[in-house]
Amino acid sequence: MEPILVAKNLSKKYGKVVALESANLELYPGEVLGVIGDNGAGKSTLIKVLCGAVTPDSGEILLDGKTVTFTSPIEARTLGIETVYQNLALSPALSITDNMFLGREIRQKGFMGKFLKFLDKKAMEDEARKRLSELGLLTIQNINQLVETLSGGQRQGVAVARATSFGTKVVIMDEPTAALGVKESRRVLELIGEVRARGIPIILISHNMPHVFEVADRIHVHRLGTRLCVIDPKKYEMSDAVAFMTGAKEAPKS
Amino acid sequence: MNKISDDISKDLKDQPNFSSDIGEVDQDHHTFDIGEQSNLKKIQHFLHGNPTIVPVIILVLSVIGFGFLAGGKFFSAFNLSLIVQQVTIVGILAAAQTLIILTAGIDLSVAAMMVLASVFMGKLSVEMGMPTLPAIVVGLVSGVATGAFNGLLVTRLKLPPFIVTLGTWNIFFALVIFFTGSQSIRSSDIEIQAPLLHFWGERINLGGFVFTYGAFLMIGIFIFLWFLLNKTAWGRHVYAIGDDKEAAELSGIRTDRMLVSIYAVAGLVVAIGAWVSIGRVGSVSPTSFYEGNLDSITAVVIGGTSLFGGRGTIIGSLFGALIVGVFSSGLSIAGLDVLWQRFALGCLIIIAVGIDQWIRKVSN
Repeated sequence: MEPILVAKNLSKKYGKVVALESANLELYPGEVLGVIGDNGAGKSTLIKVLCGAVTPDSGEILLDGKTVTFTSPIEARTLGIETVYQNLALSPALSITDNMFLGREIRQKGFMGKFLKFLDKKAMEDEARKRLSELGLLTIQNINQLVETLSGGQRQGVAVARATSFGTKVVIMDEPTAALGVKESRRVLELIGEVRARGIPIILISHNMPHVFEVADRIHVHRLGTRLCVIDPKKYEMSDAVAFMTGAKEAPKS
Repeated sequence: MNKISDDISKDLKDQPNFSSDIGEVDQDHHTFDIGEQSNLKKIQHFLHGNPTIVPVIILVLSVIGFGFLAGGKFFSAFNLSLIVQQVTIVGILAAAQTLIILTAGIDLSVAAMMVLASVFMGKLSVEMGMPTLPAIVVGLVSGVATGAFNGLLVTRLKLPPFIVTLGTWNIFFALVIFFTGSQSIRSSDIEIQAPLLHFWGERINLGGFVFTYGAFLMIGIFIFLWFLLNKTAWGRHVYAIGDDKEAAELSGIRTDRMLVSIYAVAGLVVAIGAWVSIGRVGSVSPTSFYEGNLDSITAVVIGGTSLFGGRGTIIGSLFGALIVGVFSSGLSIAGLDVLWQRFALGCLIIIAVGIDQWIRKVSN
């Protein structure tokens, strides 16, 4: 099977600090790829490069086998790489529907939409409701509820629903459970399963080993600015992963 | 009990609409601190969802209050129509100001911008012989240009809007003095040379209530902006930027470009206000509306729009302007000194912002 997203020899320096050194990454269709690494290993730089927030000094990114370049998260998103940021990038004072369609609103057909630029609220609400129920999030009676009235897990749900709604090829999730309680985290992990079930591959960055081991199909271990190894969570223990990450143990050759 | 289950049970209580597929939670230990607060909390939630209610209540109460205080004179058709006429200009400036404040900005230059536009209209048509309509167009364009100039300074130089508009307020005011040489353009000259400039000052009598065309235009501007803010993507983006600029940027909104367009639209509204102001005042005076900036901010704030952006309604600002009008009219009919009008207005501002802060706490 061909990988859907490939990063080849990515390098990035900040002054004399090497954040990425010939880093590689492959993401295959339908999988959840966990990305772990110690603080300062360069994993956030890797992710920022993949989602368009940082431009690498050298190296290339291939999406569906084609080389792509982007200079902003918006360009990456247009190509189908959606990111769920740690802070979620939602507007709390706007409704669920407004947030899901922010920057991609649906206009009314005909004169009202074309010349008066009126929004088709009904179409957006229906679509938002559909997306949320597909992810098993619905039972929200009021799709026009303000996001600030939602709990952390529910907000995460809205952000994920938004990220998977627009012809998305890849979803990057940055520490999705970091700010959540136990039960809410559980819900988000289930959510990751739902997204995978719909055939959208996910890159999951997390510090939480149990979470990564629970949902990831493969785990990419990042160390000293590059990929150290990729391990199968069924064949290794969490303690092994931590040992590889910190250099306490020799990494397996793959 | 542990903190997590506490948080979740609180969340579940707050949102009966949102199903709890998170799992069942032991709620018993949590019930005691809800009972007493619930009514106040309910009010807080209600106001949070309906920010225009507060100014409406204040407006109704103040009308009733001044009715008692000032007697029948206050309710006379003459007085009520006078209030509407008096708030026309501040109302239009407040409409423009609302757009800026919704983006978490502030515009101290609106009144100077308006006087500058009215100077262009008057100077070109009355003293330089340009036909009136093109002169008005030049004035409107100057409004868009000065607004966009503010927007560019805010986005390109990344300066706080307060500082940018504090600067441009002085610049625009200086330009007004430069172009006019501190001379007013007299009402009688305008009447002869360019009567069209007085158009919005024309009156019609509806069963004893006298309205200027300008008052209708003001209401038209509010309705138009309401549609713009609530029915178009542009309007939603205004709120998104004020709410969380970074989130808006990550959602794909080109925030800098949006901000420039918001300041430009506000400039256009201000320039329309310039035309109306010539009709209202009669002449074009370089020193008029010197307090227009602060009056417009007062109206917006009393109208329930948050100075921190992203929250508020355009219609609230109309009510805010009317409240200011009712207060000054009521207090002066009741025979109170002007100083007490200002005193009352000051209290009103502080109360309005206090209520806003309290309502905002709901989200935490």
